[in-house]
Amino acid sequence: MRVTETRIRDGLRHGIPLFVPTAALGVSFGVLAKPLMGPVAPVVMSVVVFSGGAQFAALSVLQAAGTAGAAIIAGLLMNARWVPMSLAATPSLRGGRARRAAEAQGIVDAPFVLADRGDGTFDRGVMLGATLVQGAGWVSGTLAGVLVGNALGDPSKLGLDAIFPAFYLLLLVEEARTRRARAVAAVAAVIALSLMTFAPPGVPVIAASAAALLGLRR
Amino acid sequence: MIWAVIAVLSVANAALKASGPLALGGREPSERALRVISLVAPAVLTGLVVYEAVAGRDSGLAFDERLVGLGAAGVAIAARAPMWIVIIVAAATTAAARALT
Repeated sequence: MRVTETRIRDGLRHGIPLFVPTAALGVSFGVLAKPLMGPVAPVVMSVVVFSGGAQFAALSVLQAAGTAGAAIIAGLLMNARWVPMSLAATPSLRGGRARRAAEAQGIVDAPFVLADRGDGTFDRGVMLGATLVQGAGWVSGTLAGVLVGNALGDPSKLGLDAIFPAFYLLLLVEEARTRRARAVAAVAAVIALSLMTFAPPGVPVIAASAAALLGLRR
Repeated sequence: MIWAVIAVLSVANAALKASGPLALGGREPSERALRVISLVAPAVLTGLVVYEAVAGRDSGLAFDERLVGLGAAGVAIAARAPMWIVIIVAAATTAAARALT
């Protein structure tokens, strides 16, 4: 009993709402990264790393005159959440190990959530299609940020740093439809908040993902 | 140094994303596994909301104007505003709160 699955081409449409918020975040990354990294590296980073969380985390370490190693660790911790997310999405991907590993490169927060059917399966076409749109927004936003740079001034004056939490909150509200999902969210919030007082960035997020284990109970 | 950070993060990122397929291959998940899987998104998202809303500049907690923006975004979400409106409301409210303080 295979549920109908969207084709990647049709999945692109699901990603359209992601373009503007992602591009706005890309602009703020480009603006903030340029003084430290020059004009080319931020854009290359957005193409090959393609992860807002990790890129901002690494950037803030470098801005505080941290070492390359510390910046890498910050980025890795921020991205450790890909492990539970990849384990979760794997059964919904296609083909053997290698093909699935290639398709798994399209796992990104918002498309992962949009593709979540709520029953433990994911709509592969929605996830991969939406990821293409989000990637386009992220890279073009970064490029725009590098180009306008100083003209825009400090992105935090424009409140651009509030886009991330608002964006995730919107996705969360759509996602937490069941009682159990809301219970998981409450536990995850407590875990994240209590760890944030002392743990390095990223750790609270990966630890919060353990709240999904509430699903082991009937 | 920048390029080393970019290179290592891009390779590590690909490996982290490939971890599920490499560990599981084409195995079918059990019913319990499906229940856990269905809860991964709300758990991770909650962690991200909390983190992005109150993370301090270097570490620890910081309660600042972002929370005002997030509250306004919550109102917009409750009013079923589309995503781009929610984003603008969050940014504009945060910027206004910063301009006032």
